[in-house]
Amino acid sequence: MKLLTGNDLKTGFVTWWTGTDWSLHIEDAADVGEAGEAILAVEEAARRVNAPYIIAGEQTADGPRPAHIKDRIRALGPTVRPDLTLKPADPAAGDWVI
Amino acid sequence: MVEHLHSDGEEPCVTLDAFLQQSNATAVRLEPDEDARALIPHLDRLALIEVAFPKFRDGRGYSSARILREAGYTGELRAQGDVLVDQIAYMKRCGFDTFAPEKALNPADVEAALSRWPEHYQTAADGAVPIWKLRHG
Amino acid sequence: MYKYDEYDHAMVAARVAEFSDQVKRRLAGEITEDQFKPLRLMNGLYLQLHAYMLRVAVPYGTLDSRQMRMLAHIARKYDRDYGHFTTRQNIQYNWIKLEDAPAILEDLASVEMHAIQTSGNCIRNISSDQWAGAAADEITDPRPWAELLRQWSSFHPEFSYLPRKFKIAVIAAAEDRAAMRLHDIGIQIIEKDGVHGAAFYVGGGMGRTPMIAPLIKDFVPLEDMLSYTEACLRVYNRYGRRDNIYKARIKILIHELGADEYRRQVEEEWAHVKSLGIDPPKAEFDRIAKQFALPALDASAPDAIDRSDPDFAVWVDQNVAAHKVPGHAIVNISLKPVGGIPGDAGSAQIDLMADLAEKYSHDELRVTHAQNIVLPHVRKADLYAIWQELDAAGLATPNLDLISDIIACPGLDYCSLANARSIPVAQKIATRFSDLGRQKELGELKLKISGCINACGHHHAGHIGILGVDRKGTENYQLLLGGSGAEDVSLGTITGPGFDEDGIVDAIERVTDKYLAERTEGERFVDTFRRVGMAPFKEAIYG
Repeated sequence: MKLLTGNDLKTGFVTWWTGTDWSLHIEDAADVGEAGEAILAVEEAARRVNAPYIIAGEQTADGPRPAHIKDRIRALGPTVRPDLTLKPADPAAGDWVI
Repeated sequence: MVEHLHSDGEEPCVTLDAFLQQSNATAVRLEPDEDARALIPHLDRLALIEVAFPKFRDGRGYSSARILREAGYTGELRAQGDVLVDQIAYMKRCGFDTFAPEKALNPADVEAALSRWPEHYQTAADGAVPIWKLRHG
Repeated sequence: MYKYDEYDHAMVAARVAEFSDQVKRRLAGEITEDQFKPLRLMNGLYLQLHAYMLRVAVPYGTLDSRQMRMLAHIARKYDRDYGHFTTRQNIQYNWIKLEDAPAILEDLASVEMHAIQTSGNCIRNISSDQWAGAAADEITDPRPWAELLRQWSSFHPEFSYLPRKFKIAVIAAAEDRAAMRLHDIGIQIIEKDGVHGAAFYVGGGMGRTPMIAPLIKDFVPLEDMLSYTEACLRVYNRYGRRDNIYKARIKILIHELGADEYRRQVEEEWAHVKSLGIDPPKAEFDRIAKQFALPALDASAPDAIDRSDPDFAVWVDQNVAAHKVPGHAIVNISLKPVGGIPGDAGSAQIDLMADLAEKYSHDELRVTHAQNIVLPHVRKADLYAIWQELDAAGLATPNLDLISDIIACPGLDYCSLANARSIPVAQKIATRFSDLGRQKELGELKLKISGCINACGHHHAGHIGILGVDRKGTENYQLLLGGSGAEDVSLGTITGPGFDEDGIVDAIERVTDKYLAERTEGERFVDTFRRVGMAPFKEAIYG
């Protein structure tokens, strides 16, 4: 599957394309198939995302996951600061990243 | 193609090679990789030197401009190409006095950019008195 | 310390206004990201792995308590309560919002700080010796020259779109604590026949093609320092490669031209630019130098240290250095607690260090290129009180220059350029060697980790260096031995095939065991390596 990601222009936060909008949570990401470039062009021009790009992903029981470690770390947050990830209360939240 | 036409009535710029070989042209265009010092023996008869900025990231033209002004060139020095509003204050300090950006600039932004800096830390080609000199009278 | 006058204030204020305007235009869509990027970079704002990152300049690593407190304030108000001190003596924040950046720059300006030229293809923050002005071995304080260079390089109209970034370091001691020869220009102030002058080393650097800067001019009169630097830069701006980002640093130009030809071109350019009135008069230097005068230290202060607390004594032996004034000392605060993140400090810790500086160190602090903090002017009689406060805040790790005093870049946990994580490796190594007796037995051992070939973690210059690479989507770590960023500068050599995260820790243990077996009296790790060569270590690692 193919996923779209980028950063929010104002906050810089990592975001994922859900099919209709952008979400902070990788679990919300949608497979864009071959439509990625077209979506990115529109979204970037509208400044709803900054520096977007297309990545390879895979569907798992827990939802979509980026194929490459770099984007898995982007999806989670720094592995060395679990308190700063999107799920600070869940010590196992990053188990799938590495 | 050796000529780059500008507005009506203006003499076209010739390339550096063409200028050095033959010409009695009074306007020349300098590419980033061309040596501005090649023009120094001919500055007297030049009315316009156009320095090309094919990409805004390529900063060689800033040195070209300073070298020409430091050599005493007093004619028009034009920055042409990928010239952005956020660069023209530096360009002016390097000696450019006209700008021919590929994409038109907002005149208000240009005005703001050129009046941004109250003073300057270093000596350049615009005749501005550097801050260290202001400090010591 | 240098204090801004009306001109400095006006220049920084103009920059803040300019960047606020640029941010506004970016948010309004008037400029594209491609156009905005070099502008935000010249204000230290990156788009990193998780968010925008802001790098704040700490010119030549010197700051006062008010500025240090502002760094804590920014961490609390705009970030996630911490900052990361870098190998170029700066601090960076990892979670900055673009819309907050103008306000942060305004806050910084209120304490005479900025983020000007902390990134981008321009002249970066000038770095220097973290013990400048206090070190027993310096011939003069290099910082007034660094400040002159700071002003000259700020908003330099000709050198803001260089082929690539440009880093300058200035030192004035024989011992090189600033990795001077691994900079684009390394300036060493030296004395010849009773006169001070500047030796110019040009074309050093790390990155994917590490090079030690050759000596380009052995003695530049100090009054000509700026014009000579200008000539060095102009040759680079005109002829540095722009066709390939990986070959665009000045080291490649000098390597391709040869040092002699580069020197010839610089001399030719200098003969011309020297006449342009680029160098300020001595009065300007004197104005600046006066502000770096040594604080009034009481040379009759007691020299003895009460070492009755053994933990304190261990810290004194490891982290306290000689000051040029009797009765005084230089305190090095390690930001490398075992298991911690090298160079990170929380806002409360930053505030505490500011308090200590105000109370005990004539209001001065320094950031070191090894990602530690220094209190430069401390009375020996106050050391115990300082240590107690540091200890209570987790800042008294007695490991300066030991194997756990690791330089590490942020790596793949934070950096969008990284190929592998650096911090977890640093944590595992520090934990493996956490026994202090063992660390002290190994002695001075500079371990440096980079998470990619760009070498922000100085792996080429580590006695032991680690380079993280991406091997088919998994993290892999190469091991280098024999580098040094100090006056005995050298570049490390790769041992052989790389390791996974646990494998690299094991490999380092085999290397240090081998060192202990091979060393002769008084030899540091790197000395033994230089004497016996790679072969025995390779044998120990790979069998």
